[in-house]
Amino acid sequence: MTPFSFTRATDPDEALRLFEGNASYLGGGTNLVDLMRETIARPERLVDVTALSDTIEETADGGLLIGAAVRNTALAEHLGVRTRYPVLARAILAGASAQIRNMATVGGNLLQRTRCLYFYDHAGSRCNKRAPGSGCDAVHGFNRNHAILGASPLCVATHPSDMCVALAALDATVHLTGAGGARTLPFTALHRLPGEHPEIDTVLEPGELITAIELPPLPFAANSTYRKVRDRASYAFALVSVAAALEIEGGQIRDVRIALGGVAHKPWRATTAEAALRGGPATEAAFRDAAITELADAKPLSDNGFKVELVTRTLAAVLSELAGAAA
Amino acid sequence: MTVIINGSSATLPGDPRVSLLDFLREHLHLSGTKKGCDQGACGACTVLVDGERILSCLALAVQFDGRQVTTIEGLSDDAGLHPLQQAFIEHDGFQCGYCTPGQICSAIGMAAEAKRGLPSHVSADLTAEVTLTREEMQERMSGNLCRCGAHNGIIDAIRETVVAGMAA
Ligand SMILES: Cc1cc2nc3c(=O)[nH]c(=O)nc-3n(C[C@H](O)[C@H](O)[C@H](O)COP(=O)(O)OP(=O)(O)OC[C@H]3O[C@@H](n4cnc5c(N)ncnc54)[C@H](O)[C@@H]3O)c2cc1C
Ligand code: FES
Ligand code: FES
Repeated sequence: MTPFSFTRATDPDEALRLFEGNASYLGGGTNLVDLMRETIARPERLVDVTALSDTIEETADGGLLIGAAVRNTALAEHLGVRTRYPVLARAILAGASAQIRNMATVGGNLLQRTRCLYFYDHAGSRCNKRAPGSGCDAVHGFNRNHAILGASPLCVATHPSDMCVALAALDATVHLTGAGGARTLPFTALHRLPGEHPEIDTVLEPGELITAIELPPLPFAANSTYRKVRDRASYAFALVSVAAALEIEGGQIRDVRIALGGVAHKPWRATTAEAALRGGPATEAAFRDAAITELADAKPLSDNGFKVELVTRTLAAVLSELAGAAA
Repeated sequence: MTVIINGSSATLPGDPRVSLLDFLREHLHLSGTKKGCDQGACGACTVLVDGERILSCLALAVQFDGRQVTTIEGLSDDAGLHPLQQAFIEHDGFQCGYCTPGQICSAIGMAAEAKRGLPSHVSADLTAEVTLTREEMQERMSGNLCRCGAHNGIIDAIRETVVAGMAA
């Protein structure tokens, strides 16, 4: 590890003040410490932000405001999350291991970096995300885990978080503070597609701090769930995953939220599929057709063509389950 | 800056690069906690911090100022082994023993989580009281790998101890 200094912030203003030069905020460290040990991340200053808000509060309009330092376990455990936003509890519980979820913070989960093996292999592989301009060994390499949507010739990495897929489906908002003051962003606008700059994962300004995530009230999200397909039954990243919430009235789909994981450089909100479904019948055929429409622009690589059918089936299965629960 | 390890206070290292795992093993010579992968993938380094199981390999020691850490060395005393340690012996819960300290600390953390009602990935109902079926225990212990394949004995040992309410 490259040497660094360590400080601990007690409030957001102090965190911003302590963040100087080549610095990084530190949450649970489960991603950053690993990347520092691999010398892929080389900050000279760490500002520990785990003492910042770790509360989950009810908002005036009936949503939840979740502090950035809330641990993943605490978020999945919160009774309001389990009953009103089960998709979020399930997504968190499907990720990593119990020990890691006890350490990981909400802020850190959002900003965790890709698990692309070429990104990690700093000694032997080219990667535009790790070393801009060096090339991408995944495009024509072993790319079974890589993106089928929204990739660029420069980068086909996927975003690895499960929790973020649920947040994308739930219309969450991210609360930020930085040199330019406080602002909020729709969660789906936080992460970027790789385009010409795969080294930049999000739209955050340098030094900008995540302070909270806000969940809007979404009564029908009580009927929501998360399904993750992976190579082993536990403690593995997703091949693909689906987060969905479904509202049915008189056999018709009144409203629906869908996001996909494991398919793109960011959690993929499936707005095309949602639009295709709204007002239509809640049948397995309709669910499949909506998935196919969403994936019309999918560009599979040499090893990951299976993801197109896998997403289609998983999405149809998840919505069928939710339709059954709503009936 | 001090941390309490198994009831005794220790001064945290000056170099912030030192992981909690290296601090325990190399600085304090508490070598019960094991380093398997050093990247969060095996669970051998699991310890309890304020009763919660975490991975000491991905933790910087300096982050634990004022916290209470329990390692495998802190579970037994002169009076004898922790009931879970005894159960691991009786159920052949290990072969080489490398994963064992992590398994035992993890199981103690798991028992506390289940007791307070934390659901898992395999829980059908997210709000029901937790029943630690074999499937539930396997899922909840999936962060601890055993290269020797002693998992059946491990689960048996945990079941006996947790069901008897002794682990927490
Ligand atoms: C073996 C292993 C398996 C895993 N499996 C899964 C899985 O299946 N699914 C899954 O979703 N995840 C998985 N993870 C990833 C895990 O969820 C993340 O490492 C974790 O969520 C990161 O949170 P943290 O608090 O530890 O972040 P840190 O490592 O502390 O930080 C990560 C990044 O976030 C930044 N940051 C932290 N807090 C803030 C803030 N408030 N404002 C701005 N920036 C901030 C840091 O600067 C850093 O860049 C796995 C990890 C490991 C090691
Ligand atoms: S040594 Fe910590 S998880 Fe393997
Ligand atoms: S007993 Fe050998 S690794 Fe588990």
